[in-house]
Amino acid sequence: MKRTYWNSFIFAIPLLTIATVSFGDDDEEGFFKFFKRKPGIAPVTSQLYKEECGSCHFAYQPGWLPEQSWRDMMSRLDDHFGDNAELNPVNQKQVLEYLVSNSADKSDYRRSKKMMRSIGSSAAPQRITETGYFKHEHDEIPSRLIAENDKVASLSHCNACHQDADQGTFSEGNIEIPGHGKWDD
Amino acid sequence: MKSRRFSLYISILAIVLGVTSSLVHASVTSDLMAEYQHSGAQQPDPQKAKAMWTQKFPDDSGKNTRSCSSCHTDNLHSSGKHARTNKPIEPLAPSVNKERLTDAKKIEKWFKRNCKWTLGRECSPQEKSDFLSYILSQ
Repeated sequence: MKRTYWNSFIFAIPLLTIATVSFGDDDEEGFFKFFKRKPGIAPVTSQLYKEECGSCHFAYQPGWLPEQSWRDMMSRLDDHFGDNAELNPVNQKQVLEYLVSNSADKSDYRRSKKMMRSIGSSAAPQRITETGYFKHEHDEIPSRLIAENDKVASLSHCNACHQDADQGTFSEGNIEIPGHGKWDD
Repeated sequence: MKSRRFSLYISILAIVLGVTSSLVHASVTSDLMAEYQHSGAQQPDPQKAKAMWTQKFPDDSGKNTRSCSSCHTDNLHSSGKHARTNKPIEPLAPSVNKERLTDAKKIEKWFKRNCKWTLGRECSPQEKSDFLSYILSQ
């Protein structure tokens, strides 16, 4: 009886270590966060959004931009960064509602808050890549790994390097740059 | 014995699904064809669409760089990628991609977006029925 008791301890120690390491991933706010693992930004939940927007590009989480950014963007889909991305009026309204009710200014996720702090409450940027927060996070990566790397080509392609981008996780431990490998700074 | 019966069920299911999907696909496209004819299109001409598929149209700077094949390649059986975002695009040919041409709304949505991007205008009912007949034949 006593032996089984100790055995369970011996198994528990490595298991707990593994759990701590793997759950600590997207965590920069202290040890206790590992009890409830939460991605840096709220993952996309709308199937319509995934389909309508995600069929051409990475389905950027609505928590990356404030409400006014999404309103501006959705009002000129006929010239969406040079492409035509028009939706029928019903879907256009539904997608806008989804974006607006999950925008950065309303989110309590860590990266949305950081984004809001970096752009200020009145700004309405159209490009995530031109925000202070985004630039700050990517300023150490040489262009040979992005622009001159065929498999990445642009910083807009989040999931080219952020392996769990579609789950809202952008932590440094989950970065793998194609043709280069893990990213350590 | 049990596993044999199971595989029999699976094959029946596969056949039923296969037949229904090709039926769906046939009725969706024939309904659309009828609609295009109702709006003035004549007999569809897949050869015309094939020629137009690789024809280059001007981009914003006026250079002739845009065509259907910019993103879909000139072989409808193979995957393409979005010219700007590099996002992979599944093959268009229904013979290799069963999901293609099974949803009228999707077909219309992409005709609208992609004709505007490529040609700088919406496609006419005649052009749409040409393209549809070309894609169907692939």
